[in-house]
Amino acid sequence: MNTAVNRIKEFLGPEIAGPGLAFVAVMLFFSLASPQFLSSATFGSVAFQLPELGLLTLAMLLPVLTGGLNLAITFTANLAGLTVAWVLQANGGVDAGMASFVLGCILAIAVGAATGVVMGLVIAYTRAHPILVSLSMMIFVRGLGEFLTRGGDISGFPAFLQPIGHGSLAGIPIPLLIFIVCVLVWHVLLTRLKLGFNTYMIGSNIDAARYSGVNTRKVLVLVYTLSGAMSAVAGIIMLARFNSVRVGHGESYLLITVLACFLGGVNPFGGFGRVIPVFVALVVLQLLSSGLNLMGANQHLATAVWGILLIAVMILRWLAAQLMIFNRRKG
Amino acid sequence: MADIPGTGAKPLLSLHNINMTFGGIKALKNVSFEVLPGEVHCLAGENGSGKSTLIKIITGVYRPEDGAVIEYDGQTYSHMSPVTAQASGIQVIWQDLALFPEMTVAENIAFQTVIGRWPRFVNYRTMRDIAVKALQRLGVALDVDAPLKDYSIAQRQIVAIARALVGEAKLVFMDEPTASLTQSETDHLIEIVRSLSASGVAVVFVSHRLAEVLEISNRLTVLRDGALVGVYPVEGMTQSRVTELMTGKNFDQQVRAKSVRDNPIVLEVKRLSRPGQFHDISFNVRSGETLGITGLLGAGRTELALALFGMLKPRSGSVSLHGKPVRFSSNRDAIKAGIAYLSEDRLSLGLIQPQSIADNLVIASLDRIKSGGLLSDDRKRQLVARWIADLGVKIGRQSDAVSTLSGGNQQRIAIAKWLATDPKLLILDAPTVGVDVGARAGIFEIVAKLAESGLAIILISDEVPEVYFNADRVLHMAQGQIAGWFDPQSCSLQDIEAAVYA
Repeated sequence: MNTAVNRIKEFLGPEIAGPGLAFVAVMLFFSLASPQFLSSATFGSVAFQLPELGLLTLAMLLPVLTGGLNLAITFTANLAGLTVAWVLQANGGVDAGMASFVLGCILAIAVGAATGVVMGLVIAYTRAHPILVSLSMMIFVRGLGEFLTRGGDISGFPAFLQPIGHGSLAGIPIPLLIFIVCVLVWHVLLTRLKLGFNTYMIGSNIDAARYSGVNTRKVLVLVYTLSGAMSAVAGIIMLARFNSVRVGHGESYLLITVLACFLGGVNPFGGFGRVIPVFVALVVLQLLSSGLNLMGANQHLATAVWGILLIAVMILRWLAAQLMIFNRRKG
Repeated sequence: MADIPGTGAKPLLSLHNINMTFGGIKALKNVSFEVLPGEVHCLAGENGSGKSTLIKIITGVYRPEDGAVIEYDGQTYSHMSPVTAQASGIQVIWQDLALFPEMTVAENIAFQTVIGRWPRFVNYRTMRDIAVKALQRLGVALDVDAPLKDYSIAQRQIVAIARALVGEAKLVFMDEPTASLTQSETDHLIEIVRSLSASGVAVVFVSHRLAEVLEISNRLTVLRDGALVGVYPVEGMTQSRVTELMTGKNFDQQVRAKSVRDNPIVLEVKRLSRPGQFHDISFNVRSGETLGITGLLGAGRTELALALFGMLKPRSGSVSLHGKPVRFSSNRDAIKAGIAYLSEDRLSLGLIQPQSIADNLVIASLDRIKSGGLLSDDRKRQLVARWIADLGVKIGRQSDAVSTLSGGNQQRIAIAKWLATDPKLLILDAPTVGVDVGARAGIFEIVAKLAESGLAIILISDEVPEVYFNADRVLHMAQGQIAGWFDPQSCSLQDIEAAVYA
């Protein structure tokens, strides 16, 4: 019994308190404010919108845990989407078969991983700042994508892509299923694999990790490679959701992924943070935006509220820390 | 300097009835403290004995509990404030110096003189003049226009002292001033302290390193667990007596050296060189042996250790382990081959301070806590529990950050981390830095037990007594070369010290 409780605690991690509270607060507020909030329609919209931002956030999470960033995630996702689109077009466009889609996905993930390999190598060997390296990669990928598409859309995909973006399996939206699988993969990676362990260690002190025998360069390269690959998965889902690809799709998600990590209790300087609280944080952000939408608020207002929420979180965290210090003094 | 206690000189500073409580723990219990004008006074005590709390009360950072009496320069206060302390000439040189590396020497020395003045323009010529004068008073020539980062730690310390003098100091506190200095730099600092004292400035040293303290001070105040142990004249004091006063325990050290000539050779180093760092180094270490390496800072000890650990590449020479030549392309190869290296810099290289005790302990031996290809929390917990029990580490929870532990317990975790890799050779580089005198004995207890179990150990330290008492043979390095060998069984501590500090 006790071990079961401990296991659950271990699974959630100590960072769950913040996003957990936010989740309860948002649920309470909107169920009181709007009678339609607690309905399957709300959860349907959340479930379909969550995966795009969520997958990109997973891509951002690993570099953030090492104390870095990957600013190239959204354009890498676009480039991956383009890769799938070109493979489909080359094989008959609307009439392309399943095999060409699978091939496209494999190539897309390879392209995403390749951007990560390059960033990882540069960061690991030159020790240049990840912001600068990934910013350069972002500009490169974006320019390349715009050059190749001449700034236009690519659309006209086979019909079997429709369910991947909009279909459900046993009542659960397929994009959400894919996202949940990715969340679990990331969770296992971070808590059960050497790579995950070393990711946290590097995030706290890369030199001490190296002195302890951690292959810090290999870890950095793998982290950015996985980040690029996960961006590609996001790109494929976005292609299926929009039924088109354009460089710039999802661009506004970029900084929100950083903030979602932070809301999920990830230390912005690296070394600490878990996947499950980040997942809860993402759900909170999506519920907030759907709830506001339901109350008739403008979509842009929802974005503004996200900003306010994050500022409030920072102040609350500071207050909680003060309270802990105060209690310790008293005790 | 005739102001030895009992001569009736009026104290510059005297504190009585000082009490301070933090979170229910008494940090200071009814402490009194006195400094005479122009004297060099040593404030000694282990970490947590209340030294820094006392300084912070004198400089007005903390406010003592009611009933405190502070007399300074003819005035009586119930507590100080930072402003009065500064204005009346009390200056502190903290261990981290609190300087601005990017700014020039002149700006570092004189910036306090321009703060808050009206008009709010900075007169660089005045600042420069002030700085030049302060440095002249110390008899030091530094380019005041050069950025501070161009200078060594020792020179930066002089800049910090010069800054204190600009504030018309009457009483200067120096917090661990020699912790990062070489012997000649320390000697120079001692000269400066003497001249300050001669010009009427009282200096209070807060130090762990007892040798220099005894050389320079007139009097000694010892604190233990927040209480005053006593005030003593330094004349006739010995290091071991001071240690005894600080810890309340008797540390009669005995030479542990034993003969291990019949044991198999674990590590054999032949003519190892790396230009500019070490040259033509040959030695061997046998199973069960503790080889001591000593020498001044910059003698190439750490570089040699890093070369053995695969983190620096030697230019020429050879290393063999159990008779087989080895060549490492990284420290991962060295760890696999059975070499472990405990870094001299525990805070930034030895342990990952914010991470948990458990994770720090298992980081170098993750393969041992795998089960079915995945890391197992249960196996981790068991491994950590076993090592913590084996080495007698006092911890709260395994998941607490390693930074919450005391220096001695942190060092035990660092040692456990390497023992968990099942090494054949353990290199300990300055294992007692930042460890209380009382806890050091415990570390060497562990080292002795490990040697008994057959581990080959290299013990590197710039504190000669440590290697003299704890090693079987002592190698003296100077300027990157082997300067001599000593056998503690047949030589005295003074023999080695004379060679090292020659």
